[in-house]
Parts: sequence; C-alpha cells; structure tokens
Amino acid sequence: MQKMPQWADVVLIPLISLILAAVLSGLVILAIGENPITALTIMIDGAMGSKYAWGYTLYYATNFIFTGLAVSVAFHARMFNIGGEGQATLGGLGVALCCLYLPWPHWTLAILGAIVASAAFGAIWALIPAWLQAKRGSHIVITTIMFNFIAAALLNYLLVSVLKPVGSMEPATGKFPEPTHLPNFAEMLAPLGISFSRGAPANVSFIIAILACFAVWALIWKTRLGYEIRAFGHSESAAKYAGISPTKIILISMSISGALAGMMALNNVMGEAERLVLNATEGAGFIGIAVALMGRSHPLGIFLAALLFGALYQGGAILSQDTSIPVQIVLVIQALVIMFTGALDNMVRVPLEKVFLAFNLSSAKPATKPTAAE
Amino acid sequence: MTSPASGTAHPAIELRGISKAFGAVQANKDISIRVMPGTIHGIIGENGAGKSTLMSILYGFYKADAGEIFINGSKTLIPDSQAAIAAGIGMVFQHFKLVENFTVLENVVLGAEDSGLLRPSLARARRELKSLAEEYELNVDPDALIEDIGVGMQQRVEILKALYRKADILILDEPTGVLTPAEADQLFRILGRLKEEGKTIILITHKLREIMEITETVSVMRRGEMTATVKTAETSPPELAELMVGRKVLLRVDKKPATPGANVLEVRDLKVTDDKGVRRLKGISFDVRAGEILGIAGVAGNGQSELLEVLGGYEKASGTIRLNGELIDLTGKHSDGQSRRHRGIAHVPEDRQREGLIMDYMAWENAVFGYHHEPEYQKSRLFMDNAAIREDAAAKMGRFDVRPPDPKLSAKNFSGGNQQKIVLAREIERNPDLLLIGQPTRGVDIGAIEFIHQQIVALRDQGKAILLVSVELDEILSLSDRIAVMFDGQIMGERLPSETDAKELGLLMAGMTGEAA
Repeated sequence: MQKMPQWADVVLIPLISLILAAVLSGLVILAIGENPITALTIMIDGAMGSKYAWGYTLYYATNFIFTGLAVSVAFHARMFNIGGEGQATLGGLGVALCCLYLPWPHWTLAILGAIVASAAFGAIWALIPAWLQAKRGSHIVITTIMFNFIAAALLNYLLVSVLKPVGSMEPATGKFPEPTHLPNFAEMLAPLGISFSRGAPANVSFIIAILACFAVWALIWKTRLGYEIRAFGHSESAAKYAGISPTKIILISMSISGALAGMMALNNVMGEAERLVLNATEGAGFIGIAVALMGRSHPLGIFLAALLFGALYQGGAILSQDTSIPVQIVLVIQALVIMFTGALDNMVRVPLEKVFLAFNLSSAKPATKPTAAE
Repeated sequence: MTSPASGTAHPAIELRGISKAFGAVQANKDISIRVMPGTIHGIIGENGAGKSTLMSILYGFYKADAGEIFINGSKTLIPDSQAAIAAGIGMVFQHFKLVENFTVLENVVLGAEDSGLLRPSLARARRELKSLAEEYELNVDPDALIEDIGVGMQQRVEILKALYRKADILILDEPTGVLTPAEADQLFRILGRLKEEGKTIILITHKLREIMEITETVSVMRRGEMTATVKTAETSPPELAELMVGRKVLLRVDKKPATPGANVLEVRDLKVTDDKGVRRLKGISFDVRAGEILGIAGVAGNGQSELLEVLGGYEKASGTIRLNGELIDLTGKHSDGQSRRHRGIAHVPEDRQREGLIMDYMAWENAVFGYHHEPEYQKSRLFMDNAAIREDAAAKMGRFDVRPPDPKLSAKNFSGGNQQKIVLAREIERNPDLLLIGQPTRGVDIGAIEFIHQQIVALRDQGKAILLVSVELDEILSLSDRIAVMFDGQIMGERLPSETDAKELGLLMAGMTGEAA
C-alpha cells in the first residue's frame, strides 16, 4: 500500500524542505541586520540572472552530478561511499598524468583518454576500501573517509615534490598542453550562432555528465548487474540465497561509484583549471552525498538536485561578493539547505505521510480493501 | 458466556468495542471479549487476523482508536507497558526478551530493581524465585546464564519475570512455536498449575490442537473481527477451522501412496561448522528418492537450516552430496546457488521475507530471483528482458492463484500466503529434479496451506524428489512419505509416517533414542 503518491515523495518533500531552509536562512540574515528578500534576489540573480551566471551554475552542477551519481550507485548496493572527495582527487591525478604525459592531437581524443584515466584512478581508490569491506569487514564509511585524507596527502606530496614544474613556487602541475583544452559553452555554441559568456567555466563535460545520468539509469534498472546490485542492497541474505556473490557486488558497485567520482575531474581539472592544483575538488565529493539523498538516488533527481546545489554555490559566491553578508553566513545558508534536504528528510516526510493518510481515508474509504488472502 | 462458580465475580479482563486501524487496514474492528478469572482463554486466528494487535493494545504497545478496557471490573487506561504491569498483566512474547549473557536472576530483576543498588534486589528476587518455584513447579537454576539453558527453560524465565512483577493475568503469544512436544506438554502442565492458583491465562495460537487441549473458552478472530467465542468443550477442530477461514477446509492432506524410484539425492557424512566454531551438522547421511517426500522433523535450531543452506549452495560443508549419482561441489567454484539451480535443485527457503524474496522488489522482479541469469530472461549480454519477465510472471501468478494477480505490486504488499505462492511458483515452474522446501506454511493462512500442500504433492506425483523441513509436526506427519528426525546436528532416526506418531517423534526430537524411551 502506497503511503503517498509518488509526486509528493519526489517533488513536495524536497520543496517543503527547501522552503524551511529558506525561512531559517532568512532569519539568520535578519539577525545580522540584512534584508533577506534582497539577499534572496541577489542569490537568484547571481545564479541564474545571466548567461555568465548560468555558466558558473552549470559548471558547479556538473561536478555535483558526477559525485551525486557516484554516491547513488554505491547506495543502491547499501554502501555509503563517503570517499567521493578522495576518488575525485585521484581522478584529477589521472587526468593530469594523461594530459601532461601523452601527446594528444585533439581534445576529442584527449577527453576519451581522460575519461579512461579519471575513471580508472577513481575506481582504484574506491576499490581498496571495497576490498577491505568485502574481505575483512572494515566498515566502508570509515575507510572511505580515511582514504579522503590519504588522497589529499598523496596529492600534496606529488604536487610539491614530483609534478611541480622546475622553478615554480606553486604546488601545482604545469598548464596542460593546448590540444587537451576542452571547449567551454561559448566555444561549443559559437558554431550554432549562439553567443555565450566567454569567461564562464561550464564546458563540454556537462554533456558527459548528462550521458552518465542515462548510463547510470540503464545500469541500475535495465541490466542484470543493476538487478543484482539493488537486490544485494535490499537484502544481503536474499542475495546470498539467490547465489549473488556479496564480494563481487561490493567490489563492482564501489568501482563504478569511484569511477564516476573520478570523472568529476574532467570538469574541474581538465575543463576549468587546465592544470592540477591542491584541493581542486573543493568539497564536491561531500556535496554529492546531499545531492544523492535529495535526488532519491535516481539520475533525474540527482540532475535536478545538482542544478539546485550548483545555483546555491554560485548564488552564494555572488552574495558574499556583492553584499556585506560575510562568507561564513553564506556557508551557513548552504549548510541549512543540505541539512534540510538531506539529513532531516524524515522531519518533513513523517508528518506529510500522516496528512496524506488522513486524506486518503476520508476520500477513498470504500475503495481501500485489504489484499485478498485465501 | 456464564461466569464460573463465583457468580458475582467480575471478569478478570473485559474488552469493550476495541477498534484499531493502521492506515487503511482495520486491524481490530469493534472487539469485545470477557475472560473470567482462573480460566485459560484461547484466542485463535490466522496470521494477520489481528490477534497480536489486540494483545499489544492490552499490553500498552498500541493505543486503541476506540473502546474500553476493564480489569477486574474497573475501567483501566493502559497507555504503556508499565501501566499494564501495574494492572497485573504479564506478557510472554513469541520471541523472548532476555539478555543472553545475564543470569536467570539478573533477567528476572532487570527493569524491576528495588533501588540503585543491585545486591538487595537480587537477594530478594532469589527468595521470591524460590517460593514461586515451589508454588508453581517452575524450577530454574537462578544462577544459570540464559545462553546456556534450553528454549523451554528460557520460556519459564519469561513466565517467572511476569510472576515476579505480580502478574495475575498472563498473555502467551504462540508459546509452543519453538518447543518440542514434550516441552509443550510441560508448559501446559505449568499453565494448568497457574490456573489452579487463580491466575488468568490468555493463550494466543494458530494451532487447533493446543486450543482443544487446554483452554476452557476460545475466541476466533478473522480479518480483524471476533467471529465467535465458544466453550472449547462444545466445539471441534473442523468447526474452529471453518470459523477461522470462513469456509470449510480440508485439515488432512489428500494423497496417494508414494511410488519412489531411484535415489535422486544422496547425502553422506555432511559436516558444517559455523563462524564461531560450533558444529552445526555432525556428519549426517540420508537419501531422497524420486517421487517421494522426505520430511525432516525437529525443533528449530537443530541443524535443519544449515542443511538447507548447504544443499541450496550458500553454506560451506564437508562430506559428499550426489545428485542423480553425480558429485556436487561443496566448497569450490561451483558451490554457489547459481550452480545448484543449474543442476536442478530448486529451493523454497525457510524465511521467505529474508531470503526467498526481496520485499521491495515488485512481484515480477521476484518471479525470476535466483534464475535471473537464465538465457530466456536476457535481451543482450548486459540487459535483461524486463517485458518478457513481466509476462512470464503474470502467467505464473495466474497458475498459482496469487492474489491480487498484479506483477507490479511490491512483494511486501502481498499476504504471507501469496508471498509464499510467488516463491513456490518460481521454484516449481523450473521443473527441478529436487525441491528443497523449508517451513512451507509458516505464517501462511489456512486456506493457502491447503493449496501449497497440494502443489507439493503434485510435484511428488510427477516423480520429483522433495526434501521437506518443517517444525510443524502435523505437517511432517501428513505430507511426508518418510520422516527423519534431527536433533543437535544429527539424524536421530528415520520412521515411516504410518508406523509412528507424534509422541515417538517428539522423543526423538528431544534427543532420546528408541531404547531410552
């Protein structure tokens, strides 16, 4: 028996959560003596008011789509992959090595190479905790968190001691060669006669992210592997009965998850920075958790949630830039949205279910019949 | 209903017009019941009839939507279990609520300590237990650890816990589910003794035999309603069964004598040791022939589950198993469930909700579970042919009379009986050489039991071998062509159903061999 219609689950709950977060954020802004309505207008305008704004919003959204998909694939197997950050970091390393040390003639080939490299590096970084979980029972949440730190330290070492060009003071690789530069939206849309802001970082990897959404959807709901991943996620004991190997599912689902997180580097490292710097991921791996939660682990939901978080990021940046609202308050607003849409889901869900239940009973009493059992 | 000797006495418990709904499901509908002091009152009904809900209301777990509760004639509100205990109500749950690594004494005192200091409470409890043991013949070693004592003893501890809290009214929820027949008889003696001492007992069960054996009055529940309350002496099992189901039911299985063929399954010296190093199977050997049902009787937890798991391919073992004369891989690459299915072993597991089904999967997804690698369900190397699977599932659900016949409904939304039919349809329709079937009718309504038994017998009549594991002795006796009894990881003996009875099997189930009995 369905407690709520699907539209309520998918649309109404996130919407109410968002409104609650907005109200609370408004109170915070009021408390520091600013006008919440003005602040909201600036945020929306800053995130969606111009092509330049969209160029940033979509750039952030691309990061969040990859990390959100990564979390969701693991979550379908009931694995909490908290290590998106580290996997994306390693993905960046893969992209950097691929772009710096291989002679690519054109970006179309370079991006194929970078997809393979970033996915492979991310997958390997997820595979180690997965192996420890499957074979040794080490909790995946703990190990993936630890691997975030190891990834950060590893990158730090490599950038400072190995990859830094001779004579440079900055812990970063050199600029990637010209043929590996990905076209941004302005360059992509120019042949179609559409002008787009030249300075905005959104680039062709946004298209790759959308393709990844379709691929994950097909994987989870149309393939035998997806069937087994979901079965294992719902009930490990039933999966064992059916002859589905837990080890295999843990290793494969975590590899796919890590590969998706790693592919985020196509956007931020290859598409935007065009070199590898320290802390290139900027917490996108963690935002992916909130995106996957809000998107109900469904690619369409993740796409929409990523857009929202992208707008929130860009709008927040503009807010702290254009007003006297300090950047810390912007972080508070972002945290409130994450908290309400991600962690406090049940706070909205439970009362709403009661409302629907009461409504159903009063409106559809004769139609509700217990399932016949004879 | 008339009151016993003391004509002026109030009922110990009276419920008036109790109703309770969970969402759209009316679990209890206007239920009224009077239980006189010093009697044993049975409540019988199928799974999901609302028995447990009613008792949970009485014990303060749920709040009734409407209705009143009277204890000894005075209206009582029971908002939580503390209030129930204060009103003199004690509950013995189907699944015991005991701390395994505490002693009997510590468990009895837990939650009823006199003060912050434990020692005086324990001392008082020790004295109290001694007098309770004398009064009701409830002997238990107060210093034994719960994990070291048997299930029957653990149940006594639960009863002692209630009595220690001064319960006058005892509710027992399916108390014999985990007991051997001998232990059940002991329990019934204790209950009789408690009744003599003036305690009031409510016995919830789905077993007609128990109702007939020890109750004075019995109330029958069906689909949330109390359909009848009758004196036990004035009714009969067929009448009660009809009241429970709402139509006449066949209590015996109708089957022709078996015509067994060659050995299909040969098990030799099978040993299993679990993760903790406990030996679960201690070298068992048996055969199952084509066209026969071998029933494995035994109290739950004596190795039957491990046996099914080994044969089904998800537990490692040593020893040899042959299917149609060919060795089966027990530890290597081909020891998994997929390989077993390929060899023609189908398995209806004991716990359909934990193993046999994915409760969040729709019926059609469940209808190929375990067989989802079969070529007819694939569109290509990667993709499954979901349309074909849905069609296939709808046909199976029709043939096995699954209600409602909607392949897009999640497994959790079907009743126990219909869930079991989905599993049965999946396994039987693969046309296996050997069917493993564990607890085929656990949590299944009487109407569906009939259907499931017919399907098992029909498969046997097609010349298939069937290994049946059940803790329901009646089921073993009526379905099996041969019976093996398991105790402590061993087979205590084999009997023919025509040459044995519940009493002899009960002794074997308790580990006593023929000579000792």
